[in-house]
Amino acid sequence: MRGDEGGGRRSSQRWRCGSLVGAALAVAVAMAQAQPPAPVVAAASDLSTALPEIAAQFTRETGDRVQFVFGSSGTLARQVRDGAPFELYLSADETYVADLASAGLTRDGGVLYAIGRLVLFAPTGSPLVPSRGVDDLRRLLTERRLTRFAMANPTHAPYGRAAEAVLRGRGLWAQLQPSIVLGENVSQAAQFAVTGNAVGGLIAYSLALAPGLRDRGTFALVPDTGHPALRQRMVRLARAGPVAERFYRYLQGPHARAVFERSGFALPR
Amino acid sequence: MDWSALQVSLSLGVCTVVLLLPAGIAAGHWLATHRFRGQALVEALVAVPLILPPTVLGYYLLTLFGARSPLGAAFERLVGQALPFSFAGLVVASAIANIPFVVQPIQRGFEAVPPEVREAAACCGLSPWQRFRLVDLPLAWPAVLTAAILTFAHTLGEFGVVLMVGGNLPGRTRTLSIAIYDRMQAFDDRGAATMAAVLLAVAVTTLVLTSLLAPGRARRG
Repeated sequence: MRGDEGGGRRSSQRWRCGSLVGAALAVAVAMAQAQPPAPVVAAASDLSTALPEIAAQFTRETGDRVQFVFGSSGTLARQVRDGAPFELYLSADETYVADLASAGLTRDGGVLYAIGRLVLFAPTGSPLVPSRGVDDLRRLLTERRLTRFAMANPTHAPYGRAAEAVLRGRGLWAQLQPSIVLGENVSQAAQFAVTGNAVGGLIAYSLALAPGLRDRGTFALVPDTGHPALRQRMVRLARAGPVAERFYRYLQGPHARAVFERSGFALPR
Repeated sequence: MDWSALQVSLSLGVCTVVLLLPAGIAAGHWLATHRFRGQALVEALVAVPLILPPTVLGYYLLTLFGARSPLGAAFERLVGQALPFSFAGLVVASAIANIPFVVQPIQRGFEAVPPEVREAAACCGLSPWQRFRLVDLPLAWPAVLTAAILTFAHTLGEFGVVLMVGGNLPGRTRTLSIAIYDRMQAFDDRGAATMAAVLLAVAVTTLVLTSLLAPGRARRG
């Protein structure tokens, strides 16, 4: 009797074990088939609304698909160097493209596709008045109403470097240090600016215009004389295939340029 | 809702368990039934991933297997694909991160088997393999199941090392936990909420299934 029970349990264990391995194999096969052929485009996070719009139009016109990975330009450049399988790289700062080109990881020097703009953003209800410019932060400092102020990390995010240059230029950098929260990229900085108990932040104009943010605060352009220009360059990486080539050309075409312009970028001449 | 991310997450969980479980059973059994010089060191090494920040693991995997390292370049020539930024790379990272979650419960399970039972089995003429298969493994089975479930659940929740080693590639290395982060940054709060709910549901379902499948429960029922 006891022996029978043991045998029954053993066979049910075998069944469990077998089904687990079977499921694993099925999933592995599905994974192998699911390998997407669409080229992966690595793009600065200030492009997170403009690029999908351009890509949708590209797909309608050509039938080809592309996929995006958004992040800070510095993080993405680092991943390219570590062997990430990107085919195009759209940086918010052309120095990263130059570095990759001199390391022999690109097809050529790439092309300038847009000039980024920085805005001072204040969420609804914030005491910060963006139209008065960055100097309004000084008023909040003296009134002791400056809780948190968001910007991207200057060590690897171009918008962070621009924000730092603006704050240094106005003599606010040292005073603001205790209040500054750094986003991993400018998209996260924008996230912090609206949600993180912050009076606001210095973020990309393109993100301030995006549907998620536009209605949740006010913003004003920061004069672009206060920081090095955000010259955004894109480049084909060593493994760029025909679809990536076509998308690269499409990004320089009239439709893409119109979307860039509408999304808060200046166009290079 | 990013279904491909759910698929990547589930595949990663299953692959990690399938890869790690046989090795974990062997290692757990060895550690439970043998005493040897340096055992404390081996057990400490097994436990290290528990307290190691995932970024440390990510750093070592990227420096060892990245395109710029000789080892990484050799691996790519051999296999035709670099280990970082690939699903295989995620499986390797996740397997290392999960070593303690597999080995420790299984080792405790085998330790709980009284030595007299093994000795009796040996006296009955069972070979070491037969003793392992017919005595040790059935008695430690709940521990093995626990280890498998813990590993699976822990893999679903893995974030730091997946982001560093995998690089958020859609359909390949973008797991559900990365997709949630990604959606949040894109101000798609609704998408993030859906995926967070799905992940929560998968986690709860997994744990409920475990307790239903556990041999103890089946016998009582």
